[in-house]
Amino acid sequence: MLPASAKIPLKQLHRQSICIVRGNRKKDEESGTDVVEGTDEWNHSKAAVRPPDQLELTDAELKEEFTRILTANNPHAPQNIVRYNFKEGTYKLIGFVDQLAVHYTQAGNLIPKDSDEGRRQHYRAELAAGSQESAKLIISEENLEEDEEPKELEAEAGSQTDVPAAGAVEKVTEEEMMTPKQPKELKLTNQFNFSDRASQTLNNPLRDRECQMEPPPRTNFSATANQWEIYDAYIEELKKQEKTKEKEKTKTPVAKKAGKMATRKLTSMESQSDDITKVSQAAKIVERMVNQNTYDDVAQDFKYYEEAADEFRDQEGTLLPLWKFQNDKAKRLAVTALCWNPKYRDLFAVGHGSYDFMKQSRGMLLLYSMKNPSFPEYIFSSESGIMCLDIHVDHPYLVVVGHYDGNVAIYNLKKPHSQPSFRSSAKSGKHTDPVWQVKWQKDDMDQNLNFFSVSSDGRIVSWTLVKSELVHTDVIKLKVEGSTTEVSEGLQLHTVGCGTAFDFHKEIDYMFLVGTEEGKIYKCSKSYSSQFLDTYDAHNMAVDAVSWNPYHTKVFMSCSSDWTVKIWDHTIKTPMFIYDLNSAVSDVAWAPYSSTVFAAVTTDGKAHVFDLVINKYEAICKQPVVAKKKNKITHVQFNPIHPIIIVGDDRGHITCLKLSPNLRKMPKEKKGQEVQKGPAVEIAKLDKLLNLVREVKTKT
Amino acid sequence: MAEVEETLKRIQSHKGVIGTMVVNAEGIPIRTTLDNSTTVQYAGLLHQLTMKTKSTVRDIDPQNDLTFLRIRSKKHEIMVAPDKEYLLIVIQNPCE
Repeated sequence: MLPASAKIPLKQLHRQSICIVRGNRKKDEESGTDVVEGTDEWNHSKAAVRPPDQLELTDAELKEEFTRILTANNPHAPQNIVRYNFKEGTYKLIGFVDQLAVHYTQAGNLIPKDSDEGRRQHYRAELAAGSQESAKLIISEENLEEDEEPKELEAEAGSQTDVPAAGAVEKVTEEEMMTPKQPKELKLTNQFNFSDRASQTLNNPLRDRECQMEPPPRTNFSATANQWEIYDAYIEELKKQEKTKEKEKTKTPVAKKAGKMATRKLTSMESQSDDITKVSQAAKIVERMVNQNTYDDVAQDFKYYEEAADEFRDQEGTLLPLWKFQNDKAKRLAVTALCWNPKYRDLFAVGHGSYDFMKQSRGMLLLYSMKNPSFPEYIFSSESGIMCLDIHVDHPYLVVVGHYDGNVAIYNLKKPHSQPSFRSSAKSGKHTDPVWQVKWQKDDMDQNLNFFSVSSDGRIVSWTLVKSELVHTDVIKLKVEGSTTEVSEGLQLHTVGCGTAFDFHKEIDYMFLVGTEEGKIYKCSKSYSSQFLDTYDAHNMAVDAVSWNPYHTKVFMSCSSDWTVKIWDHTIKTPMFIYDLNSAVSDVAWAPYSSTVFAAVTTDGKAHVFDLVINKYEAICKQPVVAKKKNKITHVQFNPIHPIIIVGDDRGHITCLKLSPNLRKMPKEKKGQEVQKGPAVEIAKLDKLLNLVREVKTKT
Repeated sequence: MAEVEETLKRIQSHKGVIGTMVVNAEGIPIRTTLDNSTTVQYAGLLHQLTMKTKSTVRDIDPQNDLTFLRIRSKKHEIMVAPDKEYLLIVIQNPCE
């Protein structure tokens, strides 16, 4: 910029004028107004030479004065600083901002005289001066100038040189011995050309010492934490707690020991047993799956097939064959008993034996599940043929069995042994003739298991399981009425009637019916041991089966080898309905879903199904059921819930058949009326029929 | 023990069954009626699938558990029955 002072040496004026010219050429206004005194006239006379792109301003604007204020503020200093105050926890504005701007610093080497360092230096200087004076005296004069110079310097530097110099001389004279050293000390270092020499001491060699231990053993651990894993952990914990609680409860030292022994045995057993046994559950499931695949169509039929042709068939129905059950071991044996399991509706028990008294061999008890038609679930074998069986309603694992040799036995399905849990023997009062039927009764007052058996020896025996022993009680001895003959000695000889079948009343507990070989049916009571409540002259040949109606309390049915099936009202001595089936009827069964439907099987291999509501006189289904005509059907049973029946023949085969819709007809819905279901309806249905029959009878 | 052996024999001799194998909890086959390479392949793959299936079932409801798994393909059906420690695999050709 232009210098503003008035007094300018001439030689510089020329330079100035050039600067002014330059200034005019500059674009800013300032240079135009900022004019030097001396060059005023020159400036005004000059014609304005303006560059083409210079700002064009009006006169007023040109004359406008701009005030410029010079302040002492540092333009680079921040105008407002905000600092965080930890005490108050807020940001606070700092009012005073430092405006100091440092342009240039240099550390100087002047030290004040009065400071420690200053005094030290001064002392040294005096010493040096003192030594030099003595050096002057001893050493040659050549050093004089050199010494004087430092002396002079010292004189200049220090103000009071005379006194200390004298003192220094005195000191020097005293310390003559130290003269060789003193010049070294007093020697001033040249600040511009000086180098230090150093020597290094021997450094001790450093050595690293390390110690490493064996690393701790590491293993990788990985696991998942799912909802179900957490749940499992909780369940385990719960079980442990329960166990400890139980242990606390049974706290006797003997019990503890026994418990320990038992657990020890268990653990040792588990370790010894082969791995493959643990697959048993899975193997069972897979076997069923495999069978389901093979018999897939059958399973589908069982579940879903409804005979469509029934709509066109008027009132008749058919039986659709489903599975066939057979086992090699029971091939030669006839099916002597069938029973569905009350709890597991796909499980049924089959008793095998022989009806032929010449060919008596062993017996078998097999339990099949519909889920696995190829192999039975349970197999038991016995020495004597099984003639009858029954499964307990409350304990579906207890099966009571009657043998051809007169024994009865109870099998426990929970225990896998082939032997029965309890068995009667000659001592414990077994029958002397084959046991034709057994039936479980309600537990007696002491909660003991109780069942009845009937046999050809004329005894009806009640067996009770008291403390794992079978105790028998003769309930009734069947006598053939009117056959007492007097022997000469005055003894009365009764001809014993042979019981072949019996059935207990569903509601009246003490009442039961017994069918005999003579063809008579006796109505008996558990409480009267000598007399029958009633007698019915039922058949001409042995009664094969008697059965109370599941709904109607008064009605029962009987069948016999004299080719007939008769339906009775127990208050009336003559049968209500009689059916002749052209062949010996081996078994009858009421349907569980209707009071008027029943099935009868004959020895010519046919199954007959009747529905009294639809047709009082004829069967609505007559169908050969077994594979070969020579096979005689021996038993039939309805499944409690599914619309199927099982039929057993004398070759040891069991066939499962599905009832077509016509056979399971329910009362038709009348418009506007609700369909009533239930036992009452069934009873009413049958009552109606009976009344019709009775009316007919009274009329005739 | 004999019962289980018998059951497995019966399954193997059932109509349409191509092969059976027993695999342990780590996916290593213990018993098999097929050749080694096929067995190893089936064991490894089905083991993983069964674990996944079981996890799925239990995630939805921890009180539930997988009973069996059936895979039906064009050629045959693979049936897997998981157990606590073992896995039983049966390959059957449903007769059609």
